[in-house]
Amino acid sequence: MKRSIVLNLLTLAATATLLATSALAGSVTVKGSDTMVILGQKWAETYMKKNPDAQIQVTGGGSGTGIAALINGTTDVAESSRAMKPTEITSAESKQGGKVKEIPVAIDALSIYVNAANPLTEISLPQARKVYTGVITNFKEIGGPDAPITIYSRENNSGTYVFFKEHVLQNDDFDPTAQTLPGTASVVNAVAKDKNGIGYGGIAYAAGIKALKIKKADDAPAVAGTLESAQSGEYGLARELYFYMFPGKSPAADAFAAWVVSPDGQSVVGDVGYYPLKK
Amino acid sequence: MESQAAEVLPRIPATRIDAAAADRRRYMRIVEHVIEGWVRLTALSAILVIFLIFVFVGKEALPLLWEHPEPGLEHEVVTLDNLLGPTHYPDRPSRFVWQPVSNVPKYNLAPLIVGTLKTTIIAVLFASPLAILAAILSSEFAPRWLREIIKPTIELLAGIPSVVLGFFALIVLASWLQEALGLRFRLNALNAGLALGLTVIPIIFTVAEDALTAVPKSYREASLALGANRWETATKIVVPAALPGIFAGVVLGFGRAVGETMIVLMASGNAATTTPWITDSVRTLSATVAAELGEVVFGSPHYRVLFLIGVILFVFTFVVNLVGDLWVQRLKASLEGSRA
Repeated sequence: MKRSIVLNLLTLAATATLLATSALAGSVTVKGSDTMVILGQKWAETYMKKNPDAQIQVTGGGSGTGIAALINGTTDVAESSRAMKPTEITSAESKQGGKVKEIPVAIDALSIYVNAANPLTEISLPQARKVYTGVITNFKEIGGPDAPITIYSRENNSGTYVFFKEHVLQNDDFDPTAQTLPGTASVVNAVAKDKNGIGYGGIAYAAGIKALKIKKADDAPAVAGTLESAQSGEYGLARELYFYMFPGKSPAADAFAAWVVSPDGQSVVGDVGYYPLKK
Repeated sequence: MESQAAEVLPRIPATRIDAAAADRRRYMRIVEHVIEGWVRLTALSAILVIFLIFVFVGKEALPLLWEHPEPGLEHEVVTLDNLLGPTHYPDRPSRFVWQPVSNVPKYNLAPLIVGTLKTTIIAVLFASPLAILAAILSSEFAPRWLREIIKPTIELLAGIPSVVLGFFALIVLASWLQEALGLRFRLNALNAGLALGLTVIPIIFTVAEDALTAVPKSYREASLALGANRWETATKIVVPAALPGIFAGVVLGFGRAVGETMIVLMASGNAATTTPWITDSVRTLSATVAAELGEVVFGSPHYRVLFLIGVILFVFTFVVNLVGDLWVQRLKASLEGSRA
């Protein structure tokens, strides 16, 4: 069943590509990362409003799906929340000809928060991994007060959950005592109510919680999550989101990608909870 | 028969009236048959619908048995071992893990079953004494005016949407409990179980109260006539006689608590733990389905396991109700037998 849906999507994408090369010169298919679907759709919407003859179709499926579609030539643009592997790039280039271009299009950043009354001010990513996998269970082990840690997490259908699991836990499993909540707002609310709580989520500012400074390694400097530190890459919980494409293959796709990184395209990014690129 | 009589004696007008009445009676009988058939069909359709739901839920879960993973996804295959066995880690103790979204998905049902049992048992233990005592008060001791306040008020509890009770537990009850008992986890099995108990109380109360009022008046009269006071009559005569009905109420309440979703989803913390403590957060079977089914990949092992949970819930409530029913019938039979 799953395979047939994928097949249908591929056929659809292939038809769209065929159309793009013939009659509808303005049609572009964008496929990939589920994290970026909403961002991609917002871009497509805004772009199509400004260029009524353009046709942008955005679908999700995951970064891997998007990259596979780029390799097979069934999408113009692959959206990916991870960098393409060298093997994937060679396989795409040998199959499709031309050079794959990586275009960073936005920045995704998370915070780790504790209750405002907690004296803890910073945490390293290795420490966060130990806390969330249940190896460390007391704040004193990471330089805080002598108190048991209550961990708050997100439901497993959230992109934030997956990002945190990949990026901080290195794909290890969350401790079973991690309480799962339905959204960043619930996590913020829970941590604000629980003086021993720790939670993660989009960069948010609210009364009762405190975002910790992040150290990439135990001996690295502590960096607060800001637009600047996320853009410069100093902040450990930020990642770039990418477009991958073959420039010159579809003029409409080139134009769309160029618009996305323009100040006009970047102004949309903040609306859906991400950071724009450095100017 | 009557129409034949009308033909034999055509000149007597009274029989013609009889014939018309007979026709009408026959017509009524046909109508009655149709209505009766319709009612029977309606009753059967309820059974049919339940059966079809079970078939549908089972159909979505069963492919787990024979479906082979796509190449490269062998680690995602669901086996009995990863449904029930613990996961081993290099840097911390082995655990039962429910983490279906993962590089290597872990579909262990043990934490979910433990969570469901914890909240349900707390709910029943909390609700049963309150509901049964309220039923005894209402049927045996309360004056008429008090009874007319108690009964509708408790039954009104059943009308409160569970999302409202869940919200109450999430915001108010959880803070009270944490402060009063100094709990580490704000949302926990106790909190969810107590809120769940509020939905169970009216069920146990209603059934138990009906059972108590159904005890023949002659029992009470005989007991009082033999010199027992009202308290002795209630506890030694009426309650034992109504015990099967009271038990049925508890079983029905248990079934309701197992399937209830919204309250546990909001108030239990949804952490898939297997600890025995009632003050730890838990994740129940029903809340897991509610939280995850919306975003799961159609036809994936995760999707199938969620339907398997549906089958487990269905079979579990079915067996509980059946066992309760059989037990009640046996008790009733022995009670009536001893009376005879």
